[in-house]
Parts: sequence; structure tokens; C-alpha cells
Amino acid sequence: MSEPLLEIVDLQVAFGPKKKPVTAVRGASLTIYPGQTVAIVGESGSGKSTTAHAVIDLLPGNGRVVGGAIRFEGRDITHVKKDEIIALRGSSIGLVPQDPLSNLNPLWKIGFQIREALVANGVASGAEAKARAAELLTEAGLPDAERRANQYPHEFSGGMRQRALIAMGLAARPKLLIADEPTSALDVTVQKQILDHLDGLTDELGVAVMLITHDLGLAAERADHLVVMYQGRVVESGPALDILQRPEHPYTQRLVSKAPSLASQRLSSERARAEVREQAVQTAGEIAAEVAQSSQELGEGRATVIEASNLTRVFALRGSVPWQSIDFKAVDDVSFSLRRGTTTAIVGESGSGKSTVARMVLGLLPPTSGTVTFDGVDVSTLKGKDLLRLRRQMQPIFQNPYGSLDPMYSIYRTIEEPLRTHKVGTSKEREAKIRDLLDKVALPSSVMRRFPNELSGGQRQRVAIARALALDPEVVICDEAVSALDVLVQAQILELLNDLQAELGLSYLFITHDLAVVRQIADDVLVMQDGKVIEQSSVSEVFDDPRESYTRKLLDAIPGGSITLGA
Amino acid sequence: MWWYIGRRVLQMVPVILGATLLIYGMVFLQPGDPVRALFGDKPVSPSVVEQIRADYNLDKPFIVQWLLFLKGALTLDFGVNFSQEQISQVITDAMPVTFRLALMAFAFEAVLGIIFGTISGLRKGKFFDSAMLVVSLLLIAVPIFVLGFVAQFVFGIKLGWVPPTVGGDVSFQRLLLPAMVLGSVSFAYVLRLTRTSVAENLSADHVRTATAKGLKRGQVVTRHVLRNSLIPVVTFLGADFGALMAGALVTEGIFNVPGIGNELYQSIRGGDGASVVAIVTFMVLVYAVASLLVDLLYAALDPRIRYDK
Repeated sequence: MSEPLLEIVDLQVAFGPKKKPVTAVRGASLTIYPGQTVAIVGESGSGKSTTAHAVIDLLPGNGRVVGGAIRFEGRDITHVKKDEIIALRGSSIGLVPQDPLSNLNPLWKIGFQIREALVANGVASGAEAKARAAELLTEAGLPDAERRANQYPHEFSGGMRQRALIAMGLAARPKLLIADEPTSALDVTVQKQILDHLDGLTDELGVAVMLITHDLGLAAERADHLVVMYQGRVVESGPALDILQRPEHPYTQRLVSKAPSLASQRLSSERARAEVREQAVQTAGEIAAEVAQSSQELGEGRATVIEASNLTRVFALRGSVPWQSIDFKAVDDVSFSLRRGTTTAIVGESGSGKSTVARMVLGLLPPTSGTVTFDGVDVSTLKGKDLLRLRRQMQPIFQNPYGSLDPMYSIYRTIEEPLRTHKVGTSKEREAKIRDLLDKVALPSSVMRRFPNELSGGQRQRVAIARALALDPEVVICDEAVSALDVLVQAQILELLNDLQAELGLSYLFITHDLAVVRQIADDVLVMQDGKVIEQSSVSEVFDDPRESYTRKLLDAIPGGSITLGA
Repeated sequence: MWWYIGRRVLQMVPVILGATLLIYGMVFLQPGDPVRALFGDKPVSPSVVEQIRADYNLDKPFIVQWLLFLKGALTLDFGVNFSQEQISQVITDAMPVTFRLALMAFAFEAVLGIIFGTISGLRKGKFFDSAMLVVSLLLIAVPIFVLGFVAQFVFGIKLGWVPPTVGGDVSFQRLLLPAMVLGSVSFAYVLRLTRTSVAENLSADHVRTATAKGLKRGQVVTRHVLRNSLIPVVTFLGADFGALMAGALVTEGIFNVPGIGNELYQSIRGGDGASVVAIVTFMVLVYAVASLLVDLLYAALDPRIRYDK
């Protein structure tokens, strides 16, 4: 083989004060040959992004390389002058960053931001640069590039912005492209398009790629060579298929068994789901019988706990002049039912109207037409006390565990709030209840006195689940409840949701853009596109025999779908 | 955008109506009789007092006085003050002086505040930053009249670098020291605001991306840090311009500048309601126009804000 392009040897990176450094990377080694794609896989905090940023000297804050070497084309670049690093950036090593929403300067036109890269690296200038920028955008898969170059980032969708960032990263034709989770903020289908395109481009140009991702399935599908990082160390590396089929390190084994993109390929997850359902339906039946007897609870204890019929929601958008308005149908004639003790998943890309459905079911947004009935009661007719009862029996869990918890509330207060609002029990009873809830979501009771910023994303989502369960609801609406989480944490939370369903007889309405997790949690699936339900059936039918081409597209987009597993 | 400007101008109408009514009410409720005060201890016949009251409409109910004022204001006729000068003339004489002073103060705080603030932000925690922190806290903490007298004494009298008072000659040199005193507090605020904003933007994702493109540090700072950081600063500066004009009162007093603040002060002391209301109405107008300009500038700086919808 030829000379390696990039060689990282025993790299050590530390943050914090000199006297008490916190080591983020402790001995990472990897080699990338020209034209090769190497993926670094690991959870957040594993040091994978830090390793990548160390290569182009972009460590945040006081981060610094404290040991080891980074050799680019045979030359150690860890301790060279600032000018030499600047000369390397862009022209030899390009970067495609993680979050397309925050990585473009909102105040400059897209074209300008690409031209900058061309001018800075001496590729082109003036009118030539302008033409080249449009070419690059076209090459990155943006139609109508010349007009697009004159637009601002906020006029672009997430996927388009990521294409612009790819154009930027490849503008000066670098030899190595660092792609730092280039698609984790995007919908699965957009992710597939972008990665396909990136693959094609880098192959054609002969660019080596360092792909950083937390999704093992995606890494295996896109890279020849995998490097698995865990707690700042490289724990395993080798050819992608070898690692997937014969993982040696326990962490890699866990990753392989939990990755939803891979797990969704297994029938075992469906069997496990069937067991959960059986138990949940039984418990739910008992609860329904109680509800039917009780006068405290809303509803009649029907087997179908939520019934949505012909839901439509129209938003009026502002037109070009003040008195004009344009009607936009966000949800168009959606009907479904949720059986007690089961999970119905609503799947669709962003903009498909799935979250609007959730808000209407929760009674947070009145439908333009159509009705939602909760256990035989029309939600839109409820007022005052009855509405409060509905809120007790139906609780939401939202996507972003960072945004949905009040940072000023302790965990105890966060979980106590719904109990207090609904005047449940004495303070002693409430404390006992909170301890019980924390136990149910597998958190130690010591977290009660802590605050959200002291917890990890997964722990926060557990708190959000505990809060949702505080009032013993019958229905829980999960709006992208696991989408913001790392693969392993995602798997844990899904397991937790399954266990809780079996134990408490809960019914879930599970909203997600990711079909990969559906097999692990849902029984029925609704596929939504542009506000309409285009396919509605059981999970096994959707996975094994999708009727619509759109559903097939969603299934194909699950990374790692084509990989056969050894274990 | 014209829709937006039209709407904003229309919004000024109730603002100005409300402001004049409020000021009228306050002047009306001021204790003491302004006509009596005109004569001091001198004896005066009741018929003369009555005559003056009638001349200045002081014998009519408060609402009628206000409506009469509005009627005049529509034709830019604000009547005469107690010295029988046309109030509109007084304003046209004094306004340019204050405007000049405020503009100089504004230039001082904006230019130096942004430059020093940017350097502080880029060197967060270093010596320059700490020094600027001390200076700005001092400027904010010391009342403006203390600062004014001290500056006048040190630079005007002891060192003799600048004339201690302005008087009739409102040249650039003479207004320099008053302008710096007037702008000092805002300078400190602009500095702090710019510093925080720059320091925050430095760690933004898009700045890292710009660096990764291969841009030099200077280019990254001017194109991707500074422009983004200026948005909150511009908002502050716009609101501050009105405050500078109104706040010139104290500074004009110290340095004897024949500006609108001085006029206002004299009118309030003399209970000259018509003058007070006319001057304050003018100030409100300046405020309203300045804030409209800021909002338009805001759109020029930030393409995400568009007023055409």
C-alpha cells in the first residue's frame, strides 16, 4: 500500500487548567490512506470529535494536545506554527461539521461563504470564484445553484444547508475530508441522500474521509475501516464487516447488539415486543375495568383508548401583502385508533404533520375539523375540571430532554410539579411517590436534589418519563422521545418504555422520523407524508411487505439495512 | 418595507398624543402659581395677572389647554414663552447645539466602545480585558455630574487643555470634553455589551467552520465574529441616541452649553408649561424616529429580519 495520508499515533488531548488537566483523549491511534474512508464510532463523550478537531487544531477553549503525534503526509503537525496549520486547513484538510443549522453564518449569503473558502485557499477569485461557487453547489447536489448562491442560510432547509457545507468542505479539493456527524441532525431519508452523494463525490475526487458517527450501522455501511472509541481510547479497529460480525471488545459487542438500525433487522426484537404487548394489554384491561367503575376518571374504559377521526388542521400563512393569507394544510384527514396497552407509531419526515397530530390529540391545538375522542369522550368539548382530568390521564414526553426540563427546578420539584398541580396526596405521600417513580425509571433517589444540567441526556429523558408517569396516566404521547439520544441510551430508553408499558398497561402514541426504532416499540404504524396518512398497518406488514414506495424509501434509508450480521 | 415604515409612523401618533397629555398633566399639577412666580416679591395688580392668564390660556380647563396646544402644534406654532419668544424659534436655535453635542457623544461611545469592546472580547481574561472592566465599572458607578465637574476642573482649569465652558461658541474643540462626559456611561455599556457578544460569538459553530475553511484569524474576526456581535450593540446604540439628547441636560448645565437641555431646565423651573411640553414633544419625536431607524438598521444587518411581510 502507498504511504499513509494521516497517521495519528497515541494521541492525548486534555482540557482544563494546566495543573489539573482533564484528559479527553488518552492514546488514540489510527491511520488513513489516500482515498480511504475510515469511520470513528463512539458515544458522545468518547473523544471521537475531539480527535478529529485536534487534527486541524480546532480544539475548543483550552483544549490542547499533550502527547502523541499527528502526521499528515509524513509530517508531524501537532507542534507546527499557526501559519502552517492555516495553510493546511481547507486546502489539504476539509471539514464538514455536524449541525447544519448552526454552522453557517446567518448573516452572509451562501455563495459568499463558499467563495471565501475559494479565495482563502487561492483557488479562484472575483467573478471566477462566483462561477466556481455555483459549480460546487451543483456538484453537492443543489439544483438551481446560481439563484441559491444568492440566498441566505435561513432560506435553506437543513438538508440543503448540509449540502452547502459539503460544497464548502470540498471547495479547495482537500486530500482529507473530516465529516463530523454530517447527518445526525437530519431526517433519515435526507441522511441517505446526502451520504450517498458524499460517497460518490469523495470516490470520484479520490478524497480520503474521516467519518465520525455514533451510529454503528451507518459507519459499517459507509466505511471500509472502523475505529471504535470508548472513553477516550480506541478499543477496537479493523475492517468494518469483521467488527460487525465478530466484535471483540465488550463495548463494541454492546454497540452491535443495541444499534437500532441493526436491531430493526432482527426478528428477535419483534418477538420481544409481542411479549410486552401481551402483558400490557392484560394489565390495561384491568385498568379499563377500574376506569369503567370509577366516577373520578374520565371515560368509560373502552378497549380503544384514543380514536382520531378525519383530523384536519389548516394554518393561515401570511401572504405578500398584509390583507392576504394563504391556507396551509398541515394535517389532512387523518384517522387512527390506539388500542389500550399497545403502541401506535406515527412515522414521517419533518414537515409531514406528525407533531401537529400529537398536539391535537393532547388537546393543545384545536383541529380545524375532525374529532379526537379519549375513551369515548370528545377532547375538544372538555372544559375546566374535565380538561384537568384528561391531562392527568394523558401525558406527553418531548424530544429534547435539554429543553423540556426547567433548569431552575430540582429533579424533585420537576417530578413533583404535576402532583402538586393536581393536588395529589400529602407532601409525604408525594415524596414516596417520587422515590417510587425514580426507581421505576432506574435512577438513584440521590438525583432528587440535583438539577437538570448535572445530568446526562439519557438521565434527563428518564426524569421526563418519570414526570409524565407521576399522575398514573393511561396514555403517553412520545414526540420524538428518543431521537436526540445516543444509540446506546436510545436502546435503554426504549427498553424502559417497553418495561413500563408491560408493568403499567400504558398505551403509547409514538411519534418518530426514524423507522429503525419502530420495530422495537410499536404494534401499529401510520406513515405520514405531507399531512396525509399514506400507509397504515401493523409493524410486521410495514417492514416485511411495504405497500407504498414512500414507505420503502424510508425503510431503505435506515443505515446498515443491507448488512448481514454474524451473531 | 414601506408597509412597515407607514405602520410605524402611524404608531407614533398615539405615542405623541399620550406623551403630550401626560406632560401637560404633570405641568398642570406642579405646585405654585407660575404667573405669581414671574413677579417675585413685586406687588402686582390682579387685573394684570388675569390678563396674563388669559393670554397664556391658563384660565381654561386643563383639557382645553391641551387641545389648544395640539391645534397650534399641527401648524408648528407652539405659541410664545413667558419671555415673549416664539417657542418654535427657541427650539430651532437650541436643538442643533444639543444635536451636535449628542452626535459627538454618540460617535465617541460607538467607535471607541466597539473597538475596545472587541479587543476585550478577543482577549477575554487577559490584562487589557481586566483593565477595561475596571474602567467601565468606574464610569458606570460615578454619577455624571461628578465626572463632569472633575473633568472640567482637571482638563479645563488645571491642565488647561480645553476651555472649561462652552458658552456661545459651539465649535468642535469646545464641545469635545462635554461630549466625552455625556457619552461616558454609554461608552462603558457599549464596551461591556460588545465584549460579551464578541466572546460569545467566538465560540459559535459557524466561526469554527469559517476557521476550518482556511481563513486567517483577522478575516474570521471581521467577517464572522464582529458583524454578528454588532446586532445587540446597534439596538442599544439606537435607543441610547434619544437618551443622550435628553440626558444632555446635566452636561449642558455643567459646561454651560446653550442647548435644549438648558432651555428645558429653565422652563421647568419657571413653570413655563407651554415650553416644557413643546420641548418634550420634540424629544419624544426624536426617540421615536431613532428607534425606527434602529429597527431598519437591524434589518440591514440581519438578513433574517425582513419587514416586507
